Amino acid sequence: MSEPVLSVRDLVVEIPTRRGILRPVDGVSYDITKGEILGVVGESGAGKSMTGNAVIGLLDRPARIASGEILLTGEPIHHLKGEALRRLRGRRMGMIFQDPLTSLNPLLTVGDQLTETILEHLPVSRAKALNRAVAALDEVGIPAARQRIGSYPHEFSGGMRQRVVIALALCAEPELVIADEPTTALDVSVQAQIIALLKRLCRERGVAVMLVTHDMGVIAEAADRVAVMYAGRLAELGPVRDVVGRARHPYTTGLMASTPDASRGQRRLRQIPGSMPRLDALPEGCPFHPRCDRAEVRCRQAPGPSLTACDGRAACWFPMHQPEETPA
Amino acid sequence: MLAYIIRRVAQSVLVLLVTGFVAFSMFSFVGDPVENMLGQERTQADVDRLRDQLGLDRPFAVQYWKFLEQAVQGNFGLSYRQGRPVSEILAERLPATLELAAVSGLLALLGGIGFGIFTAIRRRGAAANVIMTVSLIGVSLPTFLIGILLIYVFSVELGWLPSFGRGDVVNLGGWSTGFLTQSGLKALVLPAITLGLYQMTLIMRLVRTEMLEVLRMDYIRFSRARGLRERAINFRHALKNTLVPVITITGLQLGSIIAFAIITETVFQWPGVGLLFINAIQFVDIPVMAAYLMMISVMFVAINLIVDLLYFAIDPRLRIDGKAGGH
Repeated sequence: MSEPVLSVRDLVVEIPTRRGILRPVDGVSYDITKGEILGVVGESGAGKSMTGNAVIGLLDRPARIASGEILLTGEPIHHLKGEALRRLRGRRMGMIFQDPLTSLNPLLTVGDQLTETILEHLPVSRAKALNRAVAALDEVGIPAARQRIGSYPHEFSGGMRQRVVIALALCAEPELVIADEPTTALDVSVQAQIIALLKRLCRERGVAVMLVTHDMGVIAEAADRVAVMYAGRLAELGPVRDVVGRARHPYTTGLMASTPDASRGQRRLRQIPGSMPRLDALPEGCPFHPRCDRAEVRCRQAPGPSLTACDGRAACWFPMHQPEETPA
Repeated sequence: MLAYIIRRVAQSVLVLLVTGFVAFSMFSFVGDPVENMLGQERTQADVDRLRDQLGLDRPFAVQYWKFLEQAVQGNFGLSYRQGRPVSEILAERLPATLELAAVSGLLALLGGIGFGIFTAIRRRGAAANVIMTVSLIGVSLPTFLIGILLIYVFSVELGWLPSFGRGDVVNLGGWSTGFLTQSGLKALVLPAITLGLYQMTLIMRLVRTEMLEVLRMDYIRFSRARGLRERAINFRHALKNTLVPVITITGLQLGSIIAFAIITETVFQWPGVGLLFINAIQFVDIPVMAAYLMMISVMFVAINLIVDLLYFAIDPRLRIDGKAGGH
């Protein structure tokens, strides 16, 4: 297998507060290869977005990367600051935000915003940049791109705006795109279009995509592999078919069971009892054990399980669906 | 858009009619100018003659109509004190006030926006904190006190700048300007700072607040994620989005710079319309007061109109006649 586009190794993000140091991301590791979509799911506050922000270097102070490594095609980038980091952003890694209504500057035309990004990163003339901007809009499926280049964001609908945002994130041809809840703010019918667009761009361009969402449906539809996050840690990581079909971590099972599914015909949605612990009040042992019906003494006392300490796929001492083969 | 402009102009005319009524009412309700004009040695015949001459013996409505009719033509009658046409006196005094207002307005605008951006971007820096603290003084000290302090320091103690007057002026076809002589420029410095300081600190604080607000927006974050330079983010993306509220306030402030130059002009004995107005009040020179009031209201109305039109220039969302949305 070729070198992954993005490698995150034991990433820890800390927020110093008056009552101690919080760890919204605690020892997360994963790879994304060329042309692959890694779905990152979890509840609000599980550390999904924080991981994405850490990768692209947009953590809001006082949050900071405390330890671990972030490698972009093998080069460490977690220590980069200021100018060096800015050159990477947009050029080698792009980001798509949740709300297309607020992601675009209302006072500049979409053409202005595209060309300024292209001119910033690529050595092309203004006329060439404009052509590229038109091509970028065309590629994300904006009809009559050449006429719409002079339009302002408010002249587009929500779905079209998210397409513009994607065009902006991709216009300097980055290798990695972090999509932070790209469909959450959209109508369901538009969601499917945006997901299809992301998948197509990923396949055609070979971009590595980190798709952050809390929507299991989106994950099942789009992702190649899934990382399930809980309380800042990876609960489970594996190919989408395995994680969705044969989840090993009780939390993943719970998440799957609480996703509405018309074919199952259930009358009442299952839910996981309790709520995710606050970061300043994490329980001893496995952070999920207070909500887990399989928890045993080991889960409460031993230090929190990690993927590597367990079977490599689920951070659980007693995973479900025991694999037939021996764990690595 | 044209309909909007027409509506705004119609509103402006209404506002001017109302202020015109207030201005005119002074003739009937504020003191009796005849007493002042004739002095102690007068006969009843003198009084009656003057009343007849000034039209003060006619009915209220007739007087008001005559006032409006003449005001529209720029004729505000004769000054009771100087016996010359009011419009002539105003035209003579106006350049001094406008030059002072222009310089302090420019100072307030450039300084206010500059410092505002600086303190917003480096809001944790020591320099920004010093500026913010000093600006508190600018906001809270009354204008006359700032003027007197400046005179004390720069005229009395240091002797660098004149403490009163306009210095030498050059007459350019009826417009007397102080911009062309060294003494004229020197004389401008202290009054301009005095008049502009409050506005500058106000604009600065406004720009800072708006800027901090805008810098938290998603599109600023997205601009960062696109790898734009900080300078482009701050000036191209953030500043432009702060401008609408800033222009509103700035427009009103520029209006008040002209209107309330009165205090500064009094402190520095600046020969502008403000000083003229103060002297007119002391003498109950009603035609001058009325004309001044009308002139200021015309300026305010005009500035407001310009501000509203500037919104359209800045914010494309307000141009409702634009292209249809892509829904």
